[in-house]
Amino acid sequence: MFGLNKKDSTLLLIVAGLVLLAPFLLNPFPEGSAMAQFNAGYPDLMQRFVIFGIFAIGFNILFGLTGYLSFGHAAFLGVGSYAAMWMFKLFGMNVLPALALSILMSGLFAVVIGYVSLRRSGIYFSILTLAFAMMSYALAYSVLAADMDGPDQQGLLQKGLTGGETGLQLTLDDPRILGQQTAGDGNLPVPSLFGLEMRSASELNVGDWVFTFSAGYYFSAIVMLLSFYLSIRIFRSPFGLVLRSIKSNQQRLSYTGMNPKPYMLAAFVISGMYAGLAGGLMAAMDPLAGPERMFWTASGEVVLMTILGGVGTLIGPVLGAGAIKYMENILSKINSDILHSWFAFLPDGLEDFVVTLIYPFIGKGWHLTLGIIFMLVVIFLPGGLVEGGQRIARAMRRKKQTASDDDTKAKQPAE
Amino acid sequence: MEAIILQILNGLDKGSAYALIALGLTLIFGTLGVVNFAHGALFMIGAFCAVTLSRILSLSHTVVDETQKDFLGNPLQVEVPYVYNIFGQATGEAIIDWAVPLAILFTIPIMIGVGWIMERGLIKHFYKRPHADQILVTFGLAIVLQEVIKYFYGANPIPTPAPEAFIGSFDFGAMIGFEAGQIIYPYWRIVYFMFAAVIIGAVFAFLQFTTFGMVVRAGMADRETVGLLGINIDRRFTIMFGIAAAVAGLAGVMYTPINSPNYHMGMDFLVLSFVVVVVGGMGSLPGAVLAGFLLGILESFASMPEVTSIIPGINQVIIYLVAIIILLTRPRGLMGRKGVMED
Amino acid sequence: MGILEVKDVNKNFGGLKALSNVNLSVAENSVHAIIGPNGAGKSTLLNCLVGKLIPDTGSVMFDGQSVLGRKPHEINQMGISRVFQTPEIFGDLTVFENVMIPCFAKRDGEFRLHAVEGMMNEAEIVEEAERMLIDVNMIDKRHAHSASLSRGDKRRLEMAMCLVQQPKLLLLDEPTAGMARADTNNTIDLLKEIRDKRDITMAIIEHDMHVVFSLAERITVLAQGTPLVEDVPENIKGHPKVQEAYLGEAA
Repeated sequence: MFGLNKKDSTLLLIVAGLVLLAPFLLNPFPEGSAMAQFNAGYPDLMQRFVIFGIFAIGFNILFGLTGYLSFGHAAFLGVGSYAAMWMFKLFGMNVLPALALSILMSGLFAVVIGYVSLRRSGIYFSILTLAFAMMSYALAYSVLAADMDGPDQQGLLQKGLTGGETGLQLTLDDPRILGQQTAGDGNLPVPSLFGLEMRSASELNVGDWVFTFSAGYYFSAIVMLLSFYLSIRIFRSPFGLVLRSIKSNQQRLSYTGMNPKPYMLAAFVISGMYAGLAGGLMAAMDPLAGPERMFWTASGEVVLMTILGGVGTLIGPVLGAGAIKYMENILSKINSDILHSWFAFLPDGLEDFVVTLIYPFIGKGWHLTLGIIFMLVVIFLPGGLVEGGQRIARAMRRKKQTASDDDTKAKQPAE
Repeated sequence: MEAIILQILNGLDKGSAYALIALGLTLIFGTLGVVNFAHGALFMIGAFCAVTLSRILSLSHTVVDETQKDFLGNPLQVEVPYVYNIFGQATGEAIIDWAVPLAILFTIPIMIGVGWIMERGLIKHFYKRPHADQILVTFGLAIVLQEVIKYFYGANPIPTPAPEAFIGSFDFGAMIGFEAGQIIYPYWRIVYFMFAAVIIGAVFAFLQFTTFGMVVRAGMADRETVGLLGINIDRRFTIMFGIAAAVAGLAGVMYTPINSPNYHMGMDFLVLSFVVVVVGGMGSLPGAVLAGFLLGILESFASMPEVTSIIPGINQVIIYLVAIIILLTRPRGLMGRKGVMED
Repeated sequence: MGILEVKDVNKNFGGLKALSNVNLSVAENSVHAIIGPNGAGKSTLLNCLVGKLIPDTGSVMFDGQSVLGRKPHEINQMGISRVFQTPEIFGDLTVFENVMIPCFAKRDGEFRLHAVEGMMNEAEIVEEAERMLIDVNMIDKRHAHSASLSRGDKRRLEMAMCLVQQPKLLLLDEPTAGMARADTNNTIDLLKEIRDKRDITMAIIEHDMHVVFSLAERITVLAQGTPLVEDVPENIKGHPKVQEAYLGEAA
C-alpha cells in the first residue's frame, strides 16, 4: 500500500488510527471524576503531541540515520514560526502558504548552517550547531527586534523582524493583502484553512464523557501523518540506506564511490525542514512566535524525545514526543493536595510520608522525573521505549509461543 | 587606553570562570575521554555549597533579651546564631561574614566526593560507549542535578554577599598611574581572578611536578601504552575526575558574590564552556585556559557601546562567532593536539 | 603501457623518506604483488593510489588519467576498489544491504537523491546483489547483521562489495593479515577464482610469501621506500637483493 511493504503499511495504519481517534483514546476518564485530570484529549495538548511528533520525526532522520547529533535543531523551529507569522501578517491567514514559507525558510537556513557545520563531525558538529542556534536566538532576541522603521515612523517593523522578548504578534494594522485585515467582529483574524478556523472545535457528549474535535488538531494530525509517511519512505529508500551506512562506516562509503557530504547535507536540510514545518504549525495553532523557541533547551528537548522514544526507529520519536509532552502537561499539574486525596486511604502518618516521597517528582518537579527516566533509558535501554516494547513482546512470546506474531512485528518498525 | 584596560579587567572574572570550568572539562576529556555535559552542574553545586554553608552558619535560636524592649514593652526576642555561642559574638560575626571564602574548605571534600560518586557510579560505564551516548547520559544527569537543587533551594537566585571587606570597588587606574576615577574595579572580581590564577597554577604544578601528575599526563598522551606499563590508570583517573569536580565547584563557590546562584547557572556556563574548550583545542589544558580568558575578554570588548553601535548585538554572538570561525579554519582549536576526536 | 602507471613518486613525512623514486607499472588483467619488509613503504604507496595521501612529487596514472588530487570516492568511480587490512564493512547493516550500497554507487555515481523510492523495488540492483552473494557463497547469510559475521566471512563480504562494482583494478591491502592458515587458504582460493573468472587487475600488498607466490604473476619488491626488483615470481625467489632485504630485517 502506498509503496510500502506490509509491515510498514500496518504500522502506518495503526498510527493513523490512533492519531485520528486520539480525542477518544486520550479522554478515557469521565468529566468531573478524580481521574479527569489525566485526560489529555484537549485540543491544545493533542496539537502539541503531533507538532512535536513532526519535530522529532525530522530530528530522527538526521540523528537516527546518520548518527550526527545536532544540538541546535530548535533554530529551525523558530525560523519556521517566524516565517509563518510573517506570512500571516503580510498576506493572509490561510495556513497553507504560511507552512510553505516555513518549510522554505527553514530549508534555506539549514542549507547554510548544515554546509558549515557538516565540515566537522562528532562533538565538533554538535557544538557548531549549538553555536549557530544560540546565535540565532541572541539575534532574534535583540538585534532583529530593533526598530527598523526609523524613529519617527510607525510601521510593520516597529519591533523588528522578530519582536524580541515579547515575540512576534499579529496586529490590526498588518496589511494582509490577500485576506481580511480584521475579522468580522473587529478582532484579530485567526489562522484558517480556506475559511476553516484552526481554533474551531465541536464537542460530543456521551454520558459523562466530553470529547472535543478541533479543526486545528485534525489539520496538524494529517500533516503529521503525511510527514510520518514520508519518513517511512525515506527510511526504506536507497537514500536512507546510504544515510545509515554513513553512521556505520563513513570511510568505507567513500571508498565505495559515494560522496558522504551531499547525502549528509540533504539529510540535514530535510530534517531542518521538518523542524520548520513543526514551527510553522505551532504558529498556525497559536499565532505567536518568540525567540525562546530557538533556545538550546528547546533543542535539548527534541533530543530527549527522540532518545526516549527510540532513536533510529520509525515510531520512536513520535512516542517520545507524546510521552514528554504528556508529562509536561499532566504530571506537572498534580499538586500535593491531589496526592493527599489519592493516598487518603492510608493512615495519616504513612499518608504524609508517601506524599513527601512522591512530591519531588511531580508538579514543578516533573523535570526531575524526566531527567531520571532519560538517564535510565540511555543506560539500560538505548533503543528507547520501542526497544522496551520489543523486549516485553519477546518475553511475552516466550511465555505464549502460540500467540500470533503480528502485533509484535508492528512494534518493530525499524528492523 | 583606560577603556581598554577596563574592558580587559571586566573580561577577567567571566574569563576566569570559563577557564576554570573548561580546565575541568579538558582534564576529564583528556584523561577519561568522556565528554561531560554535567560539568556545569558541578559548578552550580559548588555555588550552592557556599549558599548552604552560609545558611548553616546563620542557623540561630531565639533568645529573650531583657535589656531591650519591643514597641509593646515586652522583652525583645533576638535571633542569635549558634556560632555566636561557640565563638563569641565578634568572631561569630566575622565567620558569618566570611562564609563564602570559608566555603572553599567545606566544598573541596564535598566536590571530590560528588566527583568520585559520579565517576564510579555512572561515567565509568560509558568509557567504551560512543561520545554521543556520553553526551546524552551526562546531559540527563545535569537535568537531574539541577532539578534536585531546584527542589531544595527554589527557583529564585539566592544573593550571597562577599565578605564586607571586599564589598565595593577601588580605583585600579590610580594605582597604576592613570588619572583617578577612570578605571574603577570591584574588589571581589580581582579576588576572583587571583583565586582562579592560583587554582590554575596549582593544577598545572600538580600535573607538572608530581609523579601522579606525570602518569596522568602520560595517560592523556597515550592511554594504552601507560596501561601496558602496569600502572593502574583507572584509579588515578578517578582521582582526576574528583579534582576536576573540585575545580568546577570552587569556581562556583567564589562566583556566588558576582552572580547570585540559581539552579540553571550551571547549564548557562556549560554551553559557553564547551565552546571555550573547542576553541582552545579539545584535550589541551593550556588551550582551555587561554581560550577561557580570551573569550571572556573578547566578550567584554564586544559589549562596549562603541562596538555595539557599529555592529549591534555583537556582544551576544561574539563567542559563538569566534568558535565557528576557529572551528572552520583551525579544526583542532588554538592549541589542540593532532588526533583528538578527529574520527 | 600498464593500466596503473606510477612514475617517480616521492613522499616524505617530516624528515622521513617514506617513498623515494617509486616506479611501478601494473599490466592489465594481471595479478601484481608488492612485497617488502615492514616499513618498506607499502601502505604509503597504497594510500597514494587511493587518494588518502598525495605524493610530494611524481605521477600516478590510472587508465590514462591522473588520480592525484582526487578524493577517494572519485578514484573509486574511476574503477579502483580497495580491500582493507581489517575488513571495512557496514557493521550496522545486513549482508544484503552491504552489497546493495556499492551497486547504487556504481549506477548512480557519487550522489543521487532517490529519497522516496523503496530500495527493494530496484529490481536490477536487488538482482545484481543477489547474484554477487551467490557467487561468493553468502546468499544464505543475506539477512545476517554483518557485524556478527566471522572474520573470514567479513573478508568475503568486503570482496563481494568490491567485486560487485566490477572494478578495473582491485587493490588488496594484506588481505590475509592476522588470519589462521585455513582462512588464509580460503582467501587464496577465493582470489584465484576471481582471477580466473573475471577480467580484473589485482594489486596485492602482502607480507605473507605463501600468498604472494600462489597468486602473483609479477612481483615488485620494495625496501626502504624504493623498488629493489621487479620480476616474475620464479626469479624473485632466489634473488640475492630480496634475501638481503628480508634477512636485513631479520638481523
